[in-house]
Amino acid sequence: MASVSSGRSRAGMVTLLICLAALLFLPAVSEKFYVQLFTKMMIMAIFAMSLDLIMGYAGLVSFGHAAFFGSAGYVLAYAAPQYQAANFWTSLPLAMGLSALLALAIGLLVLRTAGIYFIMVTLAFAQMLYFLFHDTKIVGGSDGVYIYVRPDASIAGWKPFDLENYNHLYYVVLVLVTLTFLLLRRVLGSLFGRVIVGIRTNEQRMKSLGFPTFRYKLACFVISGTLAGMAGYLAATQFGVVNPDMLGWHLSGSAMMMVILGGMGTLSGAALGAFVMMLAEIGFQALPQAGAINLGKHWQLFMGTFIVLVALLLPHGLLGLIGSVRGRKEGAGD
Amino acid sequence: MTDAILSTQGLTRYFGGLAAVSNVTLAFNKAEVHAVIGPNGAGKSTLINLLSGDLAPSAGSISLLGLDITGLPAHRISQLGVGRSYQKTNIFLPFTAFENCRLAAQSRLPSSMRFFRPAGRHQSANQAAERAMVQAGLEGRGGVVAAALSHGEQRQLEIAMTLATQPRLLLLDEPLAGMGAEESARVVELLQKLVRDHAILLVEHDMDAVFAVANVLTVMVNGTVLESGTPEQIRNSAAVQEAYLGAEEASHE
Repeated sequence: MASVSSGRSRAGMVTLLICLAALLFLPAVSEKFYVQLFTKMMIMAIFAMSLDLIMGYAGLVSFGHAAFFGSAGYVLAYAAPQYQAANFWTSLPLAMGLSALLALAIGLLVLRTAGIYFIMVTLAFAQMLYFLFHDTKIVGGSDGVYIYVRPDASIAGWKPFDLENYNHLYYVVLVLVTLTFLLLRRVLGSLFGRVIVGIRTNEQRMKSLGFPTFRYKLACFVISGTLAGMAGYLAATQFGVVNPDMLGWHLSGSAMMMVILGGMGTLSGAALGAFVMMLAEIGFQALPQAGAINLGKHWQLFMGTFIVLVALLLPHGLLGLIGSVRGRKEGAGD
Repeated sequence: MTDAILSTQGLTRYFGGLAAVSNVTLAFNKAEVHAVIGPNGAGKSTLINLLSGDLAPSAGSISLLGLDITGLPAHRISQLGVGRSYQKTNIFLPFTAFENCRLAAQSRLPSSMRFFRPAGRHQSANQAAERAMVQAGLEGRGGVVAAALSHGEQRQLEIAMTLATQPRLLLLDEPLAGMGAEESARVVELLQKLVRDHAILLVEHDMDAVFAVANVLTVMVNGTVLESGTPEQIRNSAAVQEAYLGAEEASHE
C-alpha cells in the first residue's frame, strides 16, 4: 500500500501544485471578468468540499446544505450596518460560528435518520429556513437584502487587504480555499477521518468495535456546515446581496451535482466538480444560434445531458477518469 | 462458576410473537470456551446479538463482571470488554488488513476524536493492531487490501479485529464458516491459545471443532436452553441426542 499510494499522492500533489500556481498567476494575465468568475468558482469549491465531507466521506447525503451557506450570508447582512462595512475579522467567525450552531441543532435531529430519510429531512430543514426568510419580513423577505459595503479587514488602522478590490478578494478566497483543502485533508487522514470512512463503509461494525458513531457523524456534520458557512459568507461578500435562494434546494442540488460530477469522496474531485460545472454552464450558454433555435438559451438541456452522461459513464466522476489513467482508484484515501 | 465474566438471567427476545431467545440463563467464565450449538433458528445468533448490544433484550438481564449492562448500546458494551465477530464476514473491504486492525485498536485510545494527528502515528494503536495480526496468524499480510484476502484469511481478519479491541470476552459467531480443513485447524489452535486469557463464547456448526475446544457446551433449541454441561454430559444426554445430534445423524443417512 505504502509505495503505491505515496506514488499516487505524489502525482496528485504535483497536479494540485500546478493548479495552485496557475490560480496564483491568473489575476496577472486576465481581465476582471475572469478574476471574478474564478473567485466565484473557488467559493463554490469550498462549498462543494464541505458537502463532500458529509456526503462523500461519511456517506450521508445532505440535500439541505445550502441552509448553512445561506445562513452565513444572512449573518453578514445582519452584521453590516447599512452603508457601512462589517468588520471582516469578527463577522467571518460570527457567520461560521452560527452556521456551526445551526449544523449542531439540525444535526442532532437529522442524524437519527439514514438513507432516503436523511435526504428528506435535511431538505425539509433547509426549506423551512428558506420559507422563514422568504415569507417573513425579518431580512428583506423574498427580495433579500443588499450589502452595500464589503467587510473591512483593517486591524487597528492597518489594512492588510481591501475586499472592495476584486484582485484582493480573489487572493483572500484563494488562501481560504487552499486552507480548507489542507484542513480537510489533514482531518480526513486523522483518526477521526478514518472513523468517518469506517462509518460509511460499515456503521454496524464500527459500533461493535466500540465507536460511538452518532457523535462522530455529528462532529462531521458540524465541520461540514461550518465550512459551508464560510463559503456562504464569501459569496455574500462577493455578490453584495443575500436572498432566500441562497438557502434553497436548488443550490443544495447544484452542490450535490458538483460533488458527483467531480468525484464523490475525493476532495480534489469536489473542487474540480465546482470548477467544471461553472465553466460548463458558461460554455453551454455561449452556444451559437443553430437555425431557428438559440442553443445557448437552452443551456440547461445540455448541462443536464452532460451530468447524466458523467454519472452514467464515470462512476467515480471526472477525477475517476484521471485516476483510472494513472492507476486504480484508492478506496478510502483522499 | 465464580469466574463468570458475563452472565445472563432469564434473557428473552421477541420478534413479533416469536420468542427467538427465551428465558436463557447462562454464565461465561474466564479461561473457558463455552460453545453454543443447536439447529438453525435455535437463537444462537440472536443470543450473540443480545450480548453484544446489537439487539436490546425484551426481558431478562445481562451482567458483565457484576455490572448490569442490559440495554446498553453496542459501543458501550464493546468498550467494557466484549468483542464480537460476525457470521457473515464484516470487515472493511477497501482498507488493508492492517488498517482494519488499526481502526479496531483505535477504539481503545482514550479519545479517538483526534482531528489532526495522522491516523498512522498512534503507536499504541499500531502495536495493538500488529499484535492482533500476529495472534490471528495474519503475519506479513498487513499490507493486503482486505477485499483481496482469501476467504479463510478474511475470517481470520474478522477475529484479529475483535482481538485488537483487547476484549475480555470474545463472542465468535461461526468463525469456521466456509473454511477448509487446514484453515479450520489453524483457527481451532488459535482458540486454544486465546482461551488462556479470555472467556470465549463460540457458536459453531463444525462439531469436530466444537468438541475439540469447548470446555462447556450449551445446546439451544427453539430459543431455549435444552441442556448445558461438559462435552461428556452433552454427548451422553438423551434429550440432546434426540433433539439435535440424533436429528443430524438421521439427516446424514
